[in-house]
Amino acid sequence: MSNNNGEINETSQVNGRPLLEIKDLHVWYELKRFGFGHAGYVRAVDGVNFSLEHGEAIACVGESGCGKSSLMKTILGLNVPTKGDVIFDDTSLSTTKGNELRQYRSKIGYVQQDPFGALPPFMNIETILEEPLKINGVSDKAERASRIRKILEEVKLTPVEEVLPKYPHMLSGGQQQRVVIARAMIMEPKLLVADEPVSMLDASVRVEILRILRKLQESHNLAVLYITHDLSTVRYFSEFIFVMYAGEIVEFARMEDLLDDPKHPYTNALLEASSDPNADNALVQREIPKGEPPSLVKPPTGCRFHPRCPAFMEGICDVKEPPNFEVSPRHLVACWLYDENKGHAV
Amino acid sequence: MKGILSSLRQLRQYPTAVIGMIIIGLLLVVSIITPIIMPYSEAIRLWRGGELVWRYYPRNAAPAWQNWFTSTDLAASVIIDSSKGDIEPTFEQISADTREGFYSYEFDFPYDTFPPEVILFAAAKYASKQPFVELTWITPDGREIRAGEFSATANTSVRFDQDTRLQRRLERETGIKGITVIEGLFDDPSKEGIQVLQGTYRLDATALLFEPESTLDMTFVSYGKVHGLAGTDHQRRDLTVALLWGTPIAMAFGLLAAVFTTVTTMSIAAFGVWTGGWVDGTIQRITEVNAIIPLLPILIMVGTLYSRSIWLMLGLVIVLSIFGLQIKNYRAIFLQVKESPYIDAARAYGAGSNRIIFRYLIPRVLPLIIPAIVILVPGFVFLEASLAVLGLGDPVLPTWGKLINDANTQGALFNGYYYWILLPSALLMIAGLAFAMVGFALDRIFNPRLREV
Repeated sequence: MSNNNGEINETSQVNGRPLLEIKDLHVWYELKRFGFGHAGYVRAVDGVNFSLEHGEAIACVGESGCGKSSLMKTILGLNVPTKGDVIFDDTSLSTTKGNELRQYRSKIGYVQQDPFGALPPFMNIETILEEPLKINGVSDKAERASRIRKILEEVKLTPVEEVLPKYPHMLSGGQQQRVVIARAMIMEPKLLVADEPVSMLDASVRVEILRILRKLQESHNLAVLYITHDLSTVRYFSEFIFVMYAGEIVEFARMEDLLDDPKHPYTNALLEASSDPNADNALVQREIPKGEPPSLVKPPTGCRFHPRCPAFMEGICDVKEPPNFEVSPRHLVACWLYDENKGHAV
Repeated sequence: MKGILSSLRQLRQYPTAVIGMIIIGLLLVVSIITPIIMPYSEAIRLWRGGELVWRYYPRNAAPAWQNWFTSTDLAASVIIDSSKGDIEPTFEQISADTREGFYSYEFDFPYDTFPPEVILFAAAKYASKQPFVELTWITPDGREIRAGEFSATANTSVRFDQDTRLQRRLERETGIKGITVIEGLFDDPSKEGIQVLQGTYRLDATALLFEPESTLDMTFVSYGKVHGLAGTDHQRRDLTVALLWGTPIAMAFGLLAAVFTTVTTMSIAAFGVWTGGWVDGTIQRITEVNAIIPLLPILIMVGTLYSRSIWLMLGLVIVLSIFGLQIKNYRAIFLQVKESPYIDAARAYGAGSNRIIFRYLIPRVLPLIIPAIVILVPGFVFLEASLAVLGLGDPVLPTWGKLINDANTQGALFNGYYYWILLPSALLMIAGLAFAMVGFALDRIFNPRLREV
């Protein structure tokens, strides 16, 4: 997507620059043959644009391998952008290195998918929560203790004294995820990246974790990038949502618009595939997109979804890459179906 | 840390590990106590002091406890030293200047074999006139045998078995041609052939001291064929010195080498995995090249051409093991740990490379290196012994391997001195076995997957 963010930025740039700006971001991984010869690139993220305001939540949806993890890791500063830039809080990632890069990273909270794997098993909760503070120069022991106490109370992990000496394996999955959230929040970041924060939890604790995240977002005026493949949990959260396919954004809209009136055939298919707990649906046969996500080394020409698309138009979709069409205010779709001339006149 | 302690507590479930722990504990106690009761300089003085230090000790004597297992009791050493107050000589003034002293050495001899040597050491102080001593041997059945006379100097040793006049006299008295002095002195005349007469013997020495200021100390030694806890070697040295001092040296060598090589290989593996790229590649190549460099020939070369100091050898072993093959094992583990989400999380909150290596990667594999260290110890203990056996042991220090080397060069097995080789070998084997038993149990505790095997 190349020119989609004019409209969004116009509305969000009320008070200066947005908190996070993704500009034409490419993240490519080089493939090597026999350990040294060049054998092409994996185009995990291929030209992504969007921006995020202070206090705003945005959801990123897509199936496995669509590049959402690479996008997330690049925003966190763990990956290096191949092309394009990430500008967070007036810091450009492409020019940041060394200690500044570490500072950049520490300003973004990171909530991972697997809470048990995300916590070092040999550290107790107190040490786990102290680590970010120590690394980022909070040398006063009393201050560290008070910040740990405050954040644990915010994620409702009380009584604090009982939790602190415990090791991760002594906590339940929900409690572990609260520790992960507390650790992500302890540096008081302005942006929180949540990578499927509830997908590995029991259904019974999912809502509670989502509520904690929502509450933190409101009380800290926190911007949240919520990454998921599960459309049933996004409603809780975000104002905006975008759908990724094969390293590109295919649809961008307000939450309700996208969920109630999906435009892109792929979004349609995703919504079809997500479960809807209604007894009437038990016998309904659903149309699931055939095939698999395409290779990111040699993506299909034209629209990347065309080999699987039910509305495939030969000679257009497989030739020309679709630009973003604005179907309604702040609802952008990259699909030739929404061109007035169905792509013929372009 | 708590996890490691509770894992160590699980060792109690394994009887072999308990036995191993007890043995290691004993070895460590010996290692600590030995340098206290016998400081390094003292041990070196004893071991390298030569015959003067050990002159009261028999040559090539077996351990005393050998008599418990044999029907014929081998003679044990008898040492009676007038200077230490074992006997009190009596003096009689017979003229203005001259005194007559009576030294009476009485001892029990309940053994079945003849002593290999009988020597009387005399140390006299005089201005110009040497004291004169006359010796009489009194057997248990009351026979008195004139056993010669001599003028004592500051350092006289009277070797009875070299006295040819005494030998001829004994030949006449016993009627046995070619009898040696010692056989003659201890022979039982009532029995056929040459047999030991058991009972209480006495050597009476009458000394004439011609000067009022002069003194005379005499020590009677009937050398045994068995001696002490561990026996003696060809230089009369008590093997307990070497066996005791070999313990701290073996433990220090084994533990230091095991700990250093494990820590260095693990750190290098962690650094390589974390840094990746050409650094990791270089470390891998160095490791592979190092793997085909043979350790033993290099040690032999350095030992032959440069120095055989045990600490130099230890340093070389460590240096050559820095890029040891263990790096490959640790690398495999670190590659896995590196991908853990918690490492990503640590990077995300700004942890630097050093912090990630030492606070996040290495603690994860600490449980694995404890059994690894314990299992490595015997290998290095054996390596030190191997070097000593090859004649490249430390030239100064007494060690287990050095004992085996000495025994080997003296043909201990041909001469029947089994104890000389068996004792240090047994200690080596027991130490190796103990560490192996504890190590395997630790491995099972820290790697639960091995438990079913």
